[in-house]
Amino acid sequence: MLDMEVLRVIWWVLLGVLFMGFAVTDGFDLGAAVLLPLVASDDTEKRIVLNTIGPVWEGNQVWIILGAGAIFAAWPYVYAVAFSRAYLPILLLLLTMGISRPVSFKYRSKLPNLFWRRCWDWVVFVGGFLPAILLGVLVGNILQGLPYYFDETLRIFYSESVISLFNPFAIWCGITSLVMLVMHGGMYLAIKTESPIRDRALIWSQISAFMLILFFAGGGVWVATTLVGYQVVGGIDPYGYSNPLHKQVVSMVGAWMRNYSLYPITVSVPILGFIGAFGALLSARFGSGRFAFICSSMSIMGVIGTVGVSMFPFILPSSTNLTSSLLVWDASSSQLTLLLMLVAVIIFLPIVILYTAWVYRVLRGKVNRETIEKDMQHTAY
Amino acid sequence: MLLTSDVVLLSRVQFGMTALYHFLFVPLTLGLSTLLGIMETVYFITNRPIWRTMTQYWGILFGINVAMGVATGITMEFQFGTNWAYYSHYVGDVFGAPLAIEGLMAFFLEGTFIGIFFFGWDRLSRGVHLVVTWMLALGSSFSALWILIANGWMQHPVGAHFNFHTMRMELYDFYSVIFNEVAQAKFVHTISAGYVCGSMFVLSLSAYFLLKGRNIEFAKRSMTVASAFGLASALCVVVLGDESGYLTGLNQKMKVAAIEGMWKTEVPPASLTVIGFPDQKAHVTKYTIKIPYLLGLIATRSLHEPVYGILDLVDEARTRIRSGMLAYDALTTLQINSLDKHAEDTLNANQENIGYGLLLKQYTDDVIHANVELIDKAAWDTVPNVFVLFWTFRAMVGCGFFFIALFTIAFYLAQRRHLLHNRWFLWIALFSLPLPWLAAEMGWVVAEYGRQPWVVDGLMPTFMGVSSVPVSDVWISLCGFVFFYTVLAIVEMVLMIKYIRLGPDTLFNPPNFSVHPHKDEVKCFNTP
Repeated sequence: MLDMEVLRVIWWVLLGVLFMGFAVTDGFDLGAAVLLPLVASDDTEKRIVLNTIGPVWEGNQVWIILGAGAIFAAWPYVYAVAFSRAYLPILLLLLTMGISRPVSFKYRSKLPNLFWRRCWDWVVFVGGFLPAILLGVLVGNILQGLPYYFDETLRIFYSESVISLFNPFAIWCGITSLVMLVMHGGMYLAIKTESPIRDRALIWSQISAFMLILFFAGGGVWVATTLVGYQVVGGIDPYGYSNPLHKQVVSMVGAWMRNYSLYPITVSVPILGFIGAFGALLSARFGSGRFAFICSSMSIMGVIGTVGVSMFPFILPSSTNLTSSLLVWDASSSQLTLLLMLVAVIIFLPIVILYTAWVYRVLRGKVNRETIEKDMQHTAY
Repeated sequence: MLLTSDVVLLSRVQFGMTALYHFLFVPLTLGLSTLLGIMETVYFITNRPIWRTMTQYWGILFGINVAMGVATGITMEFQFGTNWAYYSHYVGDVFGAPLAIEGLMAFFLEGTFIGIFFFGWDRLSRGVHLVVTWMLALGSSFSALWILIANGWMQHPVGAHFNFHTMRMELYDFYSVIFNEVAQAKFVHTISAGYVCGSMFVLSLSAYFLLKGRNIEFAKRSMTVASAFGLASALCVVVLGDESGYLTGLNQKMKVAAIEGMWKTEVPPASLTVIGFPDQKAHVTKYTIKIPYLLGLIATRSLHEPVYGILDLVDEARTRIRSGMLAYDALTTLQINSLDKHAEDTLNANQENIGYGLLLKQYTDDVIHANVELIDKAAWDTVPNVFVLFWTFRAMVGCGFFFIALFTIAFYLAQRRHLLHNRWFLWIALFSLPLPWLAAEMGWVVAEYGRQPWVVDGLMPTFMGVSSVPVSDVWISLCGFVFFYTVLAIVEMVLMIKYIRLGPDTLFNPPNFSVHPHKDEVKCFNTP
């Protein structure tokens, strides 16, 4: 049986994999939704954009459903704290991405009424725009620590927060996330559509890639120079019971940079974020949609990986009661659950990736006016 | 710190409301996806285009429904974290796993193949598309399986024990969680209820077309499939419901007593109260009509085993609460000194009653020194709302028997090819449309409301599970859900009715069932 320390690290990595899986797949759905009013001028063009993501968004969205489920199973403390502390942002995420978005894709083209379609256009846009920002805002808050503490029964209480969830750094992260997903969505549209949509998408995508580089770098400077990070100073037992109240934590400016000086190899993760965005920018400029898409995927992995690596071993720090912070070492499920879940992932994830790849293969090729106008089965979005 | 009862109440209202709303779309997804598989299989075997039209038309309605199922399902998963944070912490080690596996095994299958089901008609060979459709059906069934394993654990928690170091339930036997008899019985009962729902949907709407004199061939074939599949499912749902009831009798005695409005333990075999008016305050059920021996036979499958009445079960609860207080005392000691061997032994000896001790938490923080009055109050809290359970259960069972009758007649008429000539039956079939939903919702009320005051039966009282969020937040989310769900319900109904009215004849016009069904079609409706 794998020991607790190894299992915890594996599940920390898997947590990252799930977020990356979500951002790389559903990320382009969100990005394309944001781009909808920007790249499509008439109704057919809008339907072209919607139909590029139409057959795949639902499978993609499963990444976040699985992500939430996996956090629940492997990191129950994190699930409980993050979702309840960020109650209203999560609600907003749910109402836009979870509830309105699936319906908007599906229902928009069901009636030929123009007003009906205009309304759904808005829902699609908001369903991409708000989640893209909110997810970044949440990450920004996690980097700063959430105001919460545990009592001795490990019930979670929420301290009055001095800074609101929508503070400058969180908004900075929100914009970073938005431009990242718009870049990615644009690259996807470039692969799946023809000009003029493709040309417009490529322009927006390049602007976004450029913005991403700026915002990601700016965020890095912010974290290194002014943002308060956290550091464990004692009481860690990687094999111990998952009780987050037995360790000592201090906070200091720049603590999130510590891992990079301790393990210089980890610098490669943020570098991947930059190189990916640069690559996407350049290859989009020279018209290679497919390679640009791969680059922007790399960039997304790098950016998300950077958050994880900077914070390790923290998953969710508490800003008001440092001891209550959740670490890789004290916030996990029991050994048996971690092991069983790992087995499930090893069995099912390759199968999932296999049939997902098959579906993308079947759906390869561009969506154009002809596809939309020849839709006889009333299935196109 | 005591939990404000407003947060508890509002969180419960919100969860109950969103769950019942979600389950308006789930059974149809379960049933219709399987029916689509059956219809497409016939198309594959016979190669007759009408069967393809059937798959496509019912598929469009399926799509309208499934979008809502997806949209409202994610709410359920997120709500455990947002509104039931302590629950999530307390049982996440056990309860989270089935949810995550559901995502891996079921949602990916469903979510990935649903796109290709709609968009793949011209891109895939007939055989491959058939496989896709069945994968879709399989995905929704898997999803039901894992969610009911999770729910089954809440009804009958097995394979886990309390760990005082982490203050939560931890898994020790996953096998027993998966093969939890309660979960398995609930799964087959729920999925066959979904099949009944899908069959009724097809049956009723086909009856509508026949009454209108439209799509005759289409509707007759649809009805034949629906009546056969519906009859088998309706029989299953009642038989498997009985199995579910039997297991409830073994594991959740209080729920059975409440369903039957049985206050005193009778000499076995107990009689079954068909009709009555339970009075929660007076502890009696008035104006009863009883069938002797029947309940004893159903609930225990023996002549000698007693079915315990509510009063006796409350007595038992009193004993368990006292044991739970000892466990709570030991736990408090262990929180100060985790090495106290004596306290650990006491905790282990009374472990299964710790939830009963926690029942006192809603009245006092000083659980250890609770007086007789409080214990009595807490013991009476273990009784769910008898009147509601009594009648919702009877409504559900009534519907179940009605479905058997209806589908038997439909099956008979379809075999005899008499469907068209019995307009009275077509009208009945049409107006029976809402009943499977009614039965399914009632079923969930019995299962979940009947489990109160527990969120995990006997382990964790519902009020303990909530997040300590401000009550204003819960008001905001509740209002948000009410608003969004109302708007979406209207939109969904408008679309459903629109597409039902359009019918396959208008949608796939002209109905050309020659060799190439879609090549000559004229676009008539979906104009940009």
